[in-house]
Amino acid sequence: MKFTIGRDVLTDAVTWTARSLSPRPPVPVLRGLLITAEDNLVSIASFDYETSAQLDVEAHIESEGQILVEGRMLSDIVKSLPNAPVTIELTESRVVVTCQNSTFTLATMPVNEYPALPAMPEVAGTIDGSVFAEAIAQVTAAASKDDTLPILTAVKIEIEGDKITFLATDRYRLSMKEITWTPHDPQISTSVLVKSRTLTEVARSLGGGGEIEFRFATETDDAELVGFSSGGRRTTSLLVDGEYPKIRSLFPEESNIYATVDTGQLIEAVKRVALVAERNTSLLMVFSNGEVSLSAGQGDDASATESVPVQMEGEDITVAFNPSYLSEGLNVMGGAYTRFAFTSAPKPALLTGKKELEGPQNEDYRYLVMPIRIPN
Amino acid sequence: MVSTGRSTTPRPEWADSSWDSTILHIDMDAFFLSVELLDHPELRGIPAVVGGNSGRSVVTSPSYEARKYGIRSAMPMSQALALYPRLTIIEPTRDKYSHASKKVMGVLHDITPSVEQLSIDEAFIDVSGARRRLGTPAQIAALIKQRVRAVTGLPSTVGVAANKSVAKIASDHSKPDGLGVVPIELTQEYLAPLPVNVIWGVGPKLHQRLMNADIHTVGELAKQDPRRMQRWLGAIGPQLVALASGEDPRTVEPRHDSKSVSVEHTFERDIVDNQVLEKYLLDLSYECSRRMRQEGLVAWGLSVKVKDTELSTRTKSLSLQSSATSGAVFFKQAVPLLQMLMQQRWHPVRLLGVRADRLAEPAVQHEVQESLFEDDTIFEQPDASQDWISTDQILDDVAKKFPSAAIKPATLLQHERQQRMSDG
Repeated sequence: MKFTIGRDVLTDAVTWTARSLSPRPPVPVLRGLLITAEDNLVSIASFDYETSAQLDVEAHIESEGQILVEGRMLSDIVKSLPNAPVTIELTESRVVVTCQNSTFTLATMPVNEYPALPAMPEVAGTIDGSVFAEAIAQVTAAASKDDTLPILTAVKIEIEGDKITFLATDRYRLSMKEITWTPHDPQISTSVLVKSRTLTEVARSLGGGGEIEFRFATETDDAELVGFSSGGRRTTSLLVDGEYPKIRSLFPEESNIYATVDTGQLIEAVKRVALVAERNTSLLMVFSNGEVSLSAGQGDDASATESVPVQMEGEDITVAFNPSYLSEGLNVMGGAYTRFAFTSAPKPALLTGKKELEGPQNEDYRYLVMPIRIPN
Repeated sequence: MVSTGRSTTPRPEWADSSWDSTILHIDMDAFFLSVELLDHPELRGIPAVVGGNSGRSVVTSPSYEARKYGIRSAMPMSQALALYPRLTIIEPTRDKYSHASKKVMGVLHDITPSVEQLSIDEAFIDVSGARRRLGTPAQIAALIKQRVRAVTGLPSTVGVAANKSVAKIASDHSKPDGLGVVPIELTQEYLAPLPVNVIWGVGPKLHQRLMNADIHTVGELAKQDPRRMQRWLGAIGPQLVALASGEDPRTVEPRHDSKSVSVEHTFERDIVDNQVLEKYLLDLSYECSRRMRQEGLVAWGLSVKVKDTELSTRTKSLSLQSSATSGAVFFKQAVPLLQMLMQQRWHPVRLLGVRADRLAEPAVQHEVQESLFEDDTIFEQPDASQDWISTDQILDDVAKKFPSAAIKPATLLQHERQQRMSDG
């Protein structure tokens, strides 16, 4: 096997696929990148049994073939090469990487021990990349990062015709995002569970370039994989198995207190006041007299207060939140204003975004957060 | 089965049904106000409160007539006046109250040494050992009311039950000037119809949550599965179920007057160096706070004591804005006290002491991040917030396990090493 390729194209390709390599793979061959030269295309793939990443790039191929090389090493090498064509060649049992005057020799890993890459599921429809990226950033804000609760590290993706609803919760907050997409089958109705981490990774690596093809088996009930592809880059991931809790019903049916604040101002204020709130302690919000006064810290320790103007509707209310839960929601709210809807202090608060102070709510994204109960 | 504060003894033939209800809760009625009424009989029967006269002060003791207008203890005086503008306000005279309180507690101590004073006007007593001498618990309760009135002229209410929780509920429901007896076998029957917020630990917020969960009465609470309550409410959950079932294992514990914890050190050679003195102050502050935490208390005051070579002692004390438990806070507050003492009159120091004053039960419980899910059990995961232990707690645990190798602030380690070297 021997091919020559531009340094930038190679660096991009190797860096992207190497990113999905597991740092501590279950078997050593999974440290490798599988490089296949065939039909004037070089395909590079990585796999860790859970997720796979594959892409094809054009190259000048002198002889076809397949190699498996240590991925991180190769990634470090290609990043440091001068900007010139790079030749990769298999000689006997070694891989030789040449670029101008530099030559690297790498050990190969046994290709025949490499597991078969999962087949890409068929394309079910397409999503605008930037819409997808925003949706994922918004919904994953509420997903659990605690691997001991695997089901809550997943995002539930509900698909009904041209509407996709993303849902995530870590028990203390809940986010729900609706977007439209272009399904191949307008009658489609299904749902899948995908790890929140996987979606974040997909949004990051594929969200920047146009349409994303969303792939999953629409026919079989025992589908195991979900796939995303865009511009020659393809990734698959195992679906999360299990029963996702029923969470739509957690949204309060009605609220009677509304408070609208400038999102940017509140984010900054929360960030400052939260500096004194040690881990797990609350940030108190007193909504009264046209402002929300934030305070944190108690007892013998440091404390802080700050207030932000607020447009109120309904009675005054005092409520305490975990400051991280609050800021993580506000950070992805979108829209210049955020509206808090309360029923009463111990009940969850619903946050929605707004473009203008007097304008309508953006109902497509809703963030529900449970307050902290503070002792009397 | 109703758990009691003490093991029961067989009921003699002459006894009434209160025989096994040996725990009494004595509570003075509108205590401060009643004391004032002794000196102002003309104010009897009208809405009156004890409290400061300024708009910012609060009601400390409303008369039962004032309570009819919705006036409550701890209510701002401005609000009380809004409820009843012609309210008579009596400025408090503290000395009179503690004097009366001592007399009341004296009456109780004449009955039994097993007296646990809760506050200036409230106490639990265990009369198990007094029954042969004085009669059944109900008879003793009547005797106490009579003696308290004879000695102080004040009305009181006594609750008689098998344990503290029920005794307190019984007295609360017999006010004013009442006597509530709950025979042990009628405990559950007595509790069942009461609203759930009579249970100790059920504040307004928890009350609301319980009601939202359709738990309105003590009887309904008693029927809950303790394990489910544990998942829902944390450690307090099963406790509530037990209390609602009339179970309360707490015994009457006479407090040895531990309203302060002090530690002091007498130096072999008098200390003349302020820096050395401050290092000892640091050590004493940590030790004092550790001993106080062992008792599960928090301090609202702090004093520093110095003794000079002529053995004359001076102290300086201060009140804390918020309660303190940590050695670091003790030290921070103690340093200026020591500095003041030494500025007033400098002398070589023979003895240095730190005392934690005005000790109280910690009022602030941990905050709880509640779940959005009504029933969190579907996730079967220990709550991470419960795992959080304060540094001081860890320090205490280490000190308990390895008494000679306790963790200390780094400055103290240095100090100890120097001391060891100088001690040879």
